[in-house]
Amino acid sequence: MVDPRISIIDERMRGIGRIIAVSSGKGGVGKSLVAATLALTLAKKGYKVGLFDLDFTSPSTHIILGIESVKPKEEKGIVPPIVHGIEYMSIIYYSGEHVSPLRGADVSNALIELLSITRWKRLDFLVIDMPPGIGDATLDLIRLIGNIEFLVVTTPSQLAFETVRKLASLLKELKIHVIGVIENMKMDNSETTQLKARKLGVKFLGEIPYDLKVEEAIGNTDKLLNTILAKKVEEMAEKLWHNQKN
Amino acid sequence: MHEWALAEAVIAAASQVAEKEGLKEVREVKIKVGELQQIELGILEFALSQLKPTKFKDAKFSIKVAKAKLKCRVCGHKWLFKKEKMDESAAEAIHFVPEIVHTYIKCPKCGSPDFEILEGRGVWLESIKGVKQEDG
Repeated sequence: MVDPRISIIDERMRGIGRIIAVSSGKGGVGKSLVAATLALTLAKKGYKVGLFDLDFTSPSTHIILGIESVKPKEEKGIVPPIVHGIEYMSIIYYSGEHVSPLRGADVSNALIELLSITRWKRLDFLVIDMPPGIGDATLDLIRLIGNIEFLVVTTPSQLAFETVRKLASLLKELKIHVIGVIENMKMDNSETTQLKARKLGVKFLGEIPYDLKVEEAIGNTDKLLNTILAKKVEEMAEKLWHNQKN
Repeated sequence: MHEWALAEAVIAAASQVAEKEGLKEVREVKIKVGELQQIELGILEFALSQLKPTKFKDAKFSIKVAKAKLKCRVCGHKWLFKKEKMDESAAEAIHFVPEIVHTYIKCPKCGSPDFEILEGRGVWLESIKGVKQEDG
């Protein structure tokens, strides 16, 4: 028996310029905030952007962006609604605020289902908010999306970087493009993460200072875009659209 | 009309199999549809008839429905998914993403959401038959 869904994923992704999985070795490093802010920033610059929250058991980008009461349209598949200029897709359309206790195989199946039925329009960027770690979602995206690229978020903690090292090593071994590492929640001038990233052979994209204003900006995109985090993400994203143009 | 997207997937997969097996003409495509996804068979059949490429013009699409069997990982209880017992929005959510069943259903015996979908999840391409290139 053949799972027919796999055969249509390439077709569904065909109109997308760059597919960027915002990832981290461990949770709590601000990956969803970076992913949501990156999508907002790119949309603000006039790019056609999609944001896909793949953290099925703990989705949070809808809270960060204050997304409520929208649903995808059913049209020969499902068409994500456009919110704040972003085509937004998340499992919360189906799970609501309830818990989704999914095992790995279920995560895989739900991911394949959504990849095969979601009809993105022509996009310059699809930003994917990944679940933390190297689990089913990471392995499935590597298996199913040929041109996937990873943007890795870490913190100054050596514990966070140790997981980044493993993730980056796996991606390098599989010849998957790693755009670079972002150091979030920076509280001093240490260059340790930067040096470790270089040693790993991964580009260091920059650092984001620990920003107390981010918490109160959650749910309000205007406030979010005025945080230091957003300014820093914008600076780093400039490198992305520079690469896009060239 | 989300059935349309699934029909596109079936046609894409069947075309790949036909290509791989060197079929110049496809005569029969067997599809298995799990009850959990509550596919509207009429719409799926219509979409397949509209989407089929030339190679499939005389193909008969036969669709078999498989009951959705669930098994609790905690107490081992087995039971069948019944759409009638669910509220409409939950049934609709499961229609789009069958794994969402874990959000809305619990084991009727012990109340755990940790169960397996043994059978009857989504859409499967069971087999295809046709005329090979060298058959003339």
